[in-house]
Amino acid sequence: MSLLSTLARLEAVRAGRAQPLATVRHRHLSEHPMVLVPLTTAGEAGAPLGAMVGTDRHAPQIFVIPQPRDRDRRWAFLADLAVQVLAHIDAYADAVEPAERSETDPETGKRVKVETELCVDAPQLIVPSRAGIEYVRLLGRSMRFRRTAEEDPDNPYPAPSQVPMLGRWFTHLAERSRVPGSSMLLSATDLLSRHWATGQSNLEDQHLGALLGWIDPPEGHCGAAAALRAELGRDKDGQLLCPPAGPATDPAFDNKLLAPAIARYDAARAALAAGPGDDDRHVRSAEQEVHRLVASQLSNTWWNTWEAIDLLRALPPGERAEERWTRDRWSYTGHRDRVRAGEPPQPRRDDAVTAAQKLATRETEQVRLDAQEALDDPLVMAGRRLAGEAFAGEVTEVVMEWTESKRPSPRPLVTVVTEDRPQLADEGGGKVFRSLDGRPQSAQFVRFEEDGRLVLRLLDKMGRGRDPEPGSVPEKGDRLCWTLFEHDARGGPKLPEPEQTPWTHGGPPGSAGALPLPDSVTDEDLL
Amino acid sequence: MSSYPPASPAQPTTLRQRLAGLRGPAVPPRPLDARALAALAANPGCGRRALLDGAGVDKTALATALGSPASFGQSQFAIVRGNSFEAKVKGDGGAELLRLVHAHLAPAAEPPGSPGSGALVPDLTAAGPEGRAARTALALREATAAGRDTGAWTLLDHPMLALEVAGSPAYLEPDAVVVHPDGRWTVVEIKSFPMIDGAADAAKVGAAARQAAVYVLALEKTAEKLPGAEVAHTVLLVCPKDFSNLPTASAVDIRRERSVTRRQLDRLTRVEELAAALPEGLCFDPETRTAEELALAVSAVDAAYAPECLAACELAFHCRDRARAADHVTALGRSVRGELGALTTVEAALAAAAGAGCAEDPTAAALHRAARLRAEALDAAAARPPHHLPENPACPC
Repeated sequence: MSLLSTLARLEAVRAGRAQPLATVRHRHLSEHPMVLVPLTTAGEAGAPLGAMVGTDRHAPQIFVIPQPRDRDRRWAFLADLAVQVLAHIDAYADAVEPAERSETDPETGKRVKVETELCVDAPQLIVPSRAGIEYVRLLGRSMRFRRTAEEDPDNPYPAPSQVPMLGRWFTHLAERSRVPGSSMLLSATDLLSRHWATGQSNLEDQHLGALLGWIDPPEGHCGAAAALRAELGRDKDGQLLCPPAGPATDPAFDNKLLAPAIARYDAARAALAAGPGDDDRHVRSAEQEVHRLVASQLSNTWWNTWEAIDLLRALPPGERAEERWTRDRWSYTGHRDRVRAGEPPQPRRDDAVTAAQKLATRETEQVRLDAQEALDDPLVMAGRRLAGEAFAGEVTEVVMEWTESKRPSPRPLVTVVTEDRPQLADEGGGKVFRSLDGRPQSAQFVRFEEDGRLVLRLLDKMGRGRDPEPGSVPEKGDRLCWTLFEHDARGGPKLPEPEQTPWTHGGPPGSAGALPLPDSVTDEDLL
Repeated sequence: MSSYPPASPAQPTTLRQRLAGLRGPAVPPRPLDARALAALAANPGCGRRALLDGAGVDKTALATALGSPASFGQSQFAIVRGNSFEAKVKGDGGAELLRLVHAHLAPAAEPPGSPGSGALVPDLTAAGPEGRAARTALALREATAAGRDTGAWTLLDHPMLALEVAGSPAYLEPDAVVVHPDGRWTVVEIKSFPMIDGAADAAKVGAAARQAAVYVLALEKTAEKLPGAEVAHTVLLVCPKDFSNLPTASAVDIRRERSVTRRQLDRLTRVEELAAALPEGLCFDPETRTAEELALAVSAVDAAYAPECLAACELAFHCRDRARAADHVTALGRSVRGELGALTTVEAALAAAAGAGCAEDPTAAALHRAARLRAEALDAAAARPPHHLPENPACPC
C-alpha cells in the first residue's frame, strides 16, 4: 500500500467514515450489468446451494437446490442459471461495428490490416466479493468439460444442453478478470476498495457489508460501528444480521437452520418414495422452506451489491476507462468467434505459448492501467508524484532553440519550477512526458538549475514547420504535470508465431494432440 | 525448549498449579491442537495468546464473556464431508492410502501389500492423551523394527504425539503416519478441499503444510531416541480429485514451514515467565468472574494484535477493540505499521501529516508531503464541474 492510501486510511479512522482514494471511476460500468450472487455448500467443491441473478434489482431470479448433493437437482440448477446468464451474454453478440485488426499474412509473413467486426458493447457480470470471482472460475471449470446427450449419447450422466457453454463463458470471464483494468467480471468489494479507503485493514475490506458500513454508514452511526454490526451482529436466534457475501455461508446458519431443513426435505422425499399415494405436498413445502432460507441469505448481499454499483455510478467516469473497455469488447468478440467456430473448450492447463501470451498481456495491461489511472485522476497522480515518478510545476521560462539540420525543427527549452522531487539523473537525458490534448508529448530532461528548477527540451508534437504549431509549446506561467513513465504501454518483445514454437516450449500447437477429455464421472461424486 | 534458566527460583507453586489457578480450578484445560499451534507460530510475539493457550483457557467462552464473541465454527456439511472422505481414504485397511504413499514418495521401494510384506495397522487405543502418546511411541518403535526386519509398511491411524510448547505439553493427532520399510516416517494429511487439475487452493495447502510441520516437529522428538528412524520432510497431502470423491495425493515439501515453525515455537515467550509476571489471584474463568474483571485480567497480558488474528484467534475482536481504542496503527494492518515506523498511533501519524516533527523524522516529512499532495489533488477534483448522475434505468419511479 502506498503512503498516500495509508494516509487516507488514517483520515478515515479519524473521520469515522471512508475517504476517497480516487476522484473518478476507474472501471467501466455497463448500463445494465448482471449481478450474480452465488452460494455454495460448505466443504463440497462445485456443489452450489443457490444463486440470485439478474439485471434488474427489483426482479431477481432466485434458484435454490433443496438437496445440494443430488446431482439431478444440481444439473437443473445449472441449466436454469445457464438460461439466464447466457441470455445476457448472447444479447451483445450480434450488434457489431466494423473494425480493423492486424494479422500475419500466412503467405508473405507480413503484418497486414484485416477488416473484421467488433461488438459494440459487451456483457458485464458483477459478483459481491473476490471469492465470488473464484467461484465463477470454479463453476466454469466444473461445467466446461461436461458432455451433453447430443454430444455423447452413450454418456450415462449427460449434462443439460447449455451447461457446458456456460462453463466456457464463466471460464472466459474469470480468465479475463485477471487482466488488470478489465471490467467484464468485477467484484463489488474490489470496486469499492479501489475507490475508497476505510478505517480498517485490507483484510477486513473483503467483507462487503463492513466495507459499505464504512463508505455509507447509516445516519448517526460511525463507520466502525456500522462495520462491526455487519461483521458480528446477530439476532436473538444467533443468526448474522448481515449474512456473508458468499459463496460460503455462515456455519451457524448451516448448522441451525439449513441442515434441519434439508433433512426434512430428504425425509419428505423418502416418505413419498416409500409410502402409498403420490401426494407430494410435504416435499413441496419442505422445498419451499429451504428456498426461503437460502433466499434470506442471498437478498441482503443482492441489495448490498446494487448499493455498491450505485455508489460507483455517482463518480464521474475516468476518461481512459472507456478505452480499456474497448479491449474487453475485443476479448468478448474473440471468445464469441471461438465459440461460433466450434472450437473445443479451454484446456485444463494452458500450453506454454498461451501462458506466455497471457502473462505478457497482464504485464502490459498493468503498466497501461497504472499510467491511465494517474492521467485520469489527480489523486492517483499525487501518489506517483510522491514516489518521484511524476512532477507538477509552473513554467518560468521558455527559450526557443532549433535542431542543426538543413530543415531546422523546433526544440524549445522549458524551465519548470516544482516542489516535487522527481527521480531524474543529475546528468540529464531522462525522458519525461505530458498529456497534450490527450496525446503524450515527450521532452528530454537537460539539467537541474542551481536553484533546483528543471530544464526540459521538448522533442515532438510541434508540427512539421520551423515554428511550432500554436498551443504545442507551453507558455510562461502554465502549470503542467510531467510524468517519468510513458503514457501508453508498450508490449515486450514479440512472441514467436504459434507455428514457430520451439520444442522446448511444447512445440507448435496440435503436437500435444488430443482433445481434453471430460472429467471422469462416478456413480456418486459426492461423499 | 529454551536455554534460559527458570525465571523465578522461589516459585511458591508449581507451574501446573499456577496455570490451573489462571484457568479457574474447576475448569478442565483445553488441549492445544496443531491448528492452534500453527496459528500461534504465525504471531509469536503475542503473550496473551501464548499464556491463554498454554494455560488451556477456553478462549471462545472468554471472548463471549468479554462481549466480543468470535464467529468461528465449522459447518456440519464440511465436517461430514471431511470425515467421510477420510474414512474412504483409510478404508480397506489403508490399502489406498499406502498405495498413494508408495506411488508419490517411494516408487522404488517394494510396494506394500505384495506377498511377504503385508501392511501393519497397529491398534493405538489407550487411556488418556499421555497413554495414547506412549502407545504411539511404542508402535513407532515396533514399526521401525518390523520395517527393518521384514520389510513391512505400517500405517498409524490417528496416532497421538506430544510436543512441549512454551513450557506446557501439547498433544497432537495427525490424520495418519506411515512408517516405510527403510525406517522413514511420513506424515499424511487428509483434507477435503479438492485438487483440481493437480492444483489446490494455495492458502489451504499452506495451512495444511504449517499444520503438518508441527506434526513433523513432534515426531522428530520421538525419532531422536530411535536409531534408524528418520522423519521425512516431505509430507503427503491427500485430497479429492477434481469434482469427484476419488482420492488423489501430492507430495508437499515442508522444510521451510518446519524451520519457520520451529524457530517461532522456540521464540515463544515462555508461559512460565508470563505467568510469573502476573499479579496473584488473577483468573480467566468466565464462570466466576464478571466481564470487567475478565477484561482487566486479559489486559494484564500484552497482546500483539494484527488483522491476521481475526482469522485465527477467538479473542481477535476483543484485541481489535482494544487496539482501536488505544489508537494503534497496527489495527490497519502490519504493512501500515511497517510503513509508519516510529509513528505508532493514528493521532501521532495524523499530527505528522499536519506538519509536526517533520525535521527529525523522515517518515513524518514524507507523510506531511503526502498530506499536501492529497489535499491539492482533492481541491483540484472539487473544482471540476459536477458529475450528473445518469437516470437510473432500473428504477421505476
